Amino acid sequence: MVHIDFNKLRFLVVDDNLHMRRILRSLLHGFGARDVTEAEDGASAFEAFTEGNPDIMFIDWAMPIFDGLELIQMIRQPGANANPFVPIIMLTGHTERTRVTAARDAGITEFLAKPISAQRLYQRVFSIVAQPRPFIKTATYFGPDRRRNTSASYSGPERRKGGASDTIAPLALIEKAKPVAQHRSP
Amino acid sequence: MAQDKNDAPTVAAYADHEVITPPNRLKKAVAMTKPAGFDPVARAEEALDNLASEFPAWMNQECEQLDEVRQKVKAEGFAEETRDTLFRSAHDIKGEAATFGFPLAAPPADSLCRLIEHTPDMARIPMELVDQHVDAIRAIVREGARPDIADIAQTLTRRLREVTDEFLRHENRDRPDVLNIIAAPSLVPRGKAD
Repeated sequence: MVHIDFNKLRFLVVDDNLHMRRILRSLLHGFGARDVTEAEDGASAFEAFTEGNPDIMFIDWAMPIFDGLELIQMIRQPGANANPFVPIIMLTGHTERTRVTAARDAGITEFLAKPISAQRLYQRVFSIVAQPRPFIKTATYFGPDRRRNTSASYSGPERRKGGASDTIAPLALIEKAKPVAQHRSP
Repeated sequence: MAQDKNDAPTVAAYADHEVITPPNRLKKAVAMTKPAGFDPVARAEEALDNLASEFPAWMNQECEQLDEVRQKVKAEGFAEETRDTLFRSAHDIKGEAATFGFPLAAPPADSLCRLIEHTPDMARIPMELVDQHVDAIRAIVREGARPDIADIAQTLTRRLREVTDEFLRHENRDRPDVLNIIAAPSLVPRGKAD
């Protein structure tokens, strides 16, 4: 069974609330993590991201100066910083559909609604580490593939255009594990 | 930071999008065997339990902060900064109350967040309704040990939510998109984790 060695991962926790940062740090330490950096606002978080090159970030939404969504938009800039692909878990009290959709469209990797639980936190990190998704870049989006599943019963239009990828077909697990075809240098 | 060749992402280009496979930096953390007897979730829950003795004090601090911001709003009126600070304070309580052992304080905090977020003209937010929310949250936390606190809190919250939603529907009567947001159920049931 696959196990995640948290001790080999570098985390950056971004939340303006000291209590929530302590809770998250305690949970991560419980999982076995040792390298946990904290930032209390978007500006110091971007600096910590740039200098610390974390493996996984936890970002709160509601923060002063610039909020979590704005921070994510700064990070998801291909070519503009060290790792625009960094996995981001948005940890927030916002639970409305419009908010979840906005977070997804800003390029989050996972959404985790408060109140926090150890089980759900572990599941999100496990998913990121064990089942990484490719990134999609369009004129209006850069972030993890928002299609987590391919549905055999989907009958709507294919919104992505172009050659062989026009057809939506369910992928076998083994196919998902293979690198995508037609590679070229970035 | 410089990238070597192995760090380069692979890219499949299509007519209107690219599929990019970034280098998998996290595979270093995947182990095929778990250390005997190690349960990471149980360990994390234990770590949280070790913090639990501090939670009542933390909850009181959050309530004090909410009260301070409320007093500032009353003294200075709603401005962008005071509105945002009040929203964040209520939002923190909405997200943390259950973790701190005060789940009944989360729904009125959620109602206060809705009032602040969905009132288009902040000058029209009724201060009396803000007061009622803040006082309800503080009372629910303060009286948390009462055997009948669940009934009291639910009655209070239901009434606050009714009045708030009625006010928001009126204030947004010409904004159908906002009315839809107000009427839409949360993706996450209130008071429960996701």
